[in-house]
Amino acid sequence: MLFTSVDDVSARLAETGYLASPAVATTVFLADRLGKPLLVEGPAGVGKTELAKAVAEVADARLVRLQCYEGVDESRALYEWNHAKQLLRISAGRDETWDEARTDIFSEEFLLPRPLLTAIRGDDPKVLLIDETDKADVEVEGLLLEVLSDFQITVPELGTVTATRRPFVVLTSNASRELSEALRRRCLFLHIGFPEEELERRIVRLKVPALDETLAASVVRVVGALRAMDLRKVPSVAETIDWARTLLALGADTLDESVVRDTLGVLLKHQDDVLKAAAKLDLDAV
Amino acid sequence: MTAPGVAERLTSLVGALRAHGMRIGTGETVDAAQAMAVLGLADRELLREALAATLLHGPAQRQVFDPVFDLYFPRGVGAPEAEHAGRDDLRDRLAAALAAQDLALMGQLAAEAVDGFGGYGTSPESDGWSSYQTLERIRPQTLFARVRDNVRARDGGSGFADRLLDDEIRRRIETFRRLVAAEARRRVAERRDRDELARRAVAPTADRVDFLYAGKDRLAELRRTVQPLARKLATRLAARRRRAARGSIDLRRTLRGSLSTGGVPMKPVLRRRRPMRPELVLLCDVSGSVSGFSDFTMLLVQALHDQFSKVRTFAFVNRIDEVTGFLAHGTADPEGLGAHIRSQATLTGWHESSDYGVALGEFAERYGDAVGPRTTVFVLGDARTNMSDPNLAAVRQVAERARRVYWLNPETRAQWGTGDSAALDYAGLVEMHECRNARQLGALVARLLPV
Repeated sequence: MLFTSVDDVSARLAETGYLASPAVATTVFLADRLGKPLLVEGPAGVGKTELAKAVAEVADARLVRLQCYEGVDESRALYEWNHAKQLLRISAGRDETWDEARTDIFSEEFLLPRPLLTAIRGDDPKVLLIDETDKADVEVEGLLLEVLSDFQITVPELGTVTATRRPFVVLTSNASRELSEALRRRCLFLHIGFPEEELERRIVRLKVPALDETLAASVVRVVGALRAMDLRKVPSVAETIDWARTLLALGADTLDESVVRDTLGVLLKHQDDVLKAAAKLDLDAV
Repeated sequence: MTAPGVAERLTSLVGALRAHGMRIGTGETVDAAQAMAVLGLADRELLREALAATLLHGPAQRQVFDPVFDLYFPRGVGAPEAEHAGRDDLRDRLAAALAAQDLALMGQLAAEAVDGFGGYGTSPESDGWSSYQTLERIRPQTLFARVRDNVRARDGGSGFADRLLDDEIRRRIETFRRLVAAEARRRVAERRDRDELARRAVAPTADRVDFLYAGKDRLAELRRTVQPLARKLATRLAARRRRAARGSIDLRRTLRGSLSTGGVPMKPVLRRRRPMRPELVLLCDVSGSVSGFSDFTMLLVQALHDQFSKVRTFAFVNRIDEVTGFLAHGTADPEGLGAHIRSQATLTGWHESSDYGVALGEFAERYGDAVGPRTTVFVLGDARTNMSDPNLAAVRQVAERARRVYWLNPETRAQWGTGDSAALDYAGLVEMHECRNARQLGALVARLLPV
């Protein structure tokens, strides 16, 4: 058990610089208590990966990260035999019988553990982050099922490795592909959306402490207005922080038309979004 | 563990969610009960998040979950404790709450408003609580100017962010309206059967709303799902394309190769596929009855345009015109798209009602060269020809020239062929699919689009 209560989660995550909404704190607490993996979805840049890092820091645990991509497979996710070393071992011991060599080359020494195996071996606390799960192929999900429900991995030559201490598992997804029902069933589901105005103001104040307080409030309000528009890519929390830093670097102490127009590119990444937002915010009326 | 009443309430909540099409297994229900045991029932918002985390599988389910949760785990029971306040007093306090953006106070005021102004009927069978009536009496939208002056007076009303104020206040008023609706539902639920109410009074998720009956704001909500849906479909198409690239067995060359092994086909030879991108032609009925459906589909296909070498879109009511230009990437304004098309393109001749026969005939005649052996044609419409000639010959002509022709019909299959619908006649010539909501459309597009 890492946490004693939901408030404890919020307080300790806040110490590491992660301000959690009540939904995030509750779900993290439950994931810890029920011992279930946490599936986090949400738009890019709202702090899905950051959450895993913050939990690792709070729990004083090692963060083991599996970055998924198209074509990631067992040998990248679970384990691999070190073939080169096995060959060396065989050629080094020429006079051995086959039985001796065989038991020796399929031992721990020649095993290369990959993130999933690393996460469930050993007694020290760990946080396993499976990042961008939706990028991996459907077959890998099947692989994850055994690991996530029973926290065990079967290596044919060694037997089944079962976790003595369950890691805290966080899976993130950008929902570019629908994850299978089987995987979703095994996880607690958490959708991190854009934060409430008040929370976002606190985030900006925490990340960019040098920024003037009223300016920070205006920054958050403008971003909130942009999110209400019908844009191709609305700005995320990461963009809000970038914008706050930009304003700080430019030495702007209040927002006005020219400053906003010049820095809108920090928030919006498509030219037609920039044009649309400029029109809606009356930036041309200078 | 939990008290028996709580367990029962949880299972009926799950039952109501299942009635809305969510697939929730027993395992999840047990998890939810465990979560309740761990957290206790003291804090309602924590409980809400805990149940959402254990029972839900996707963000879209949340907007069904929240009202259902409010019904089964209400904020309070019976009428609010506060004294009956006059209408003006309530409006004063509401204006202050809106200006201060105090959500808790707004919720409390919503409860008072429904209690004071939402009740109707006198006999126990016919009385109830109406959010409509409450909002008609309180009229929160008329507080707009007062709230704005209030906020300006406090903040000084200068600076860049001031121009955002109007929209912000509108959004706060909208929040209040939602709170009133939820409160009225809760009060009604105390009178009526809660399960029944949870099934009927809670709107379904956007992707399960019928195109034909969707209101304006539901359609706007749907339009926002176009981009994510398109991204999902593009991944699915890419996967299908990869599988297709591995190809099927080329029998002739496999047998030719088997001659060297004495006629035993040792090595299968796969057909080589020439990488080519298919072409797409869309024929959309944009007349009033089905415009919600065709607008959405046009946007979706346009969002997928980089998957195809060429996408051409035609719109018709009783005459046909090409509208590909209006949809060019990035320039299309999704909100005004339908109106824009209807005002700019020549879609009607002598009258305003749709005529499939004439429109399809004109397509075959004027734009016949748009259809070739690599083209897949999608016809979108309800096939209601207003009693005129369905012109099957034109459809046959297009079908012969195209690679495939699919017809997507937003009506339920049971209604095909009833009244003035020529759906069954057309279905005899081309493949017709029922496509009532965004979920069905997504599934069909993923399956039918050529790769």
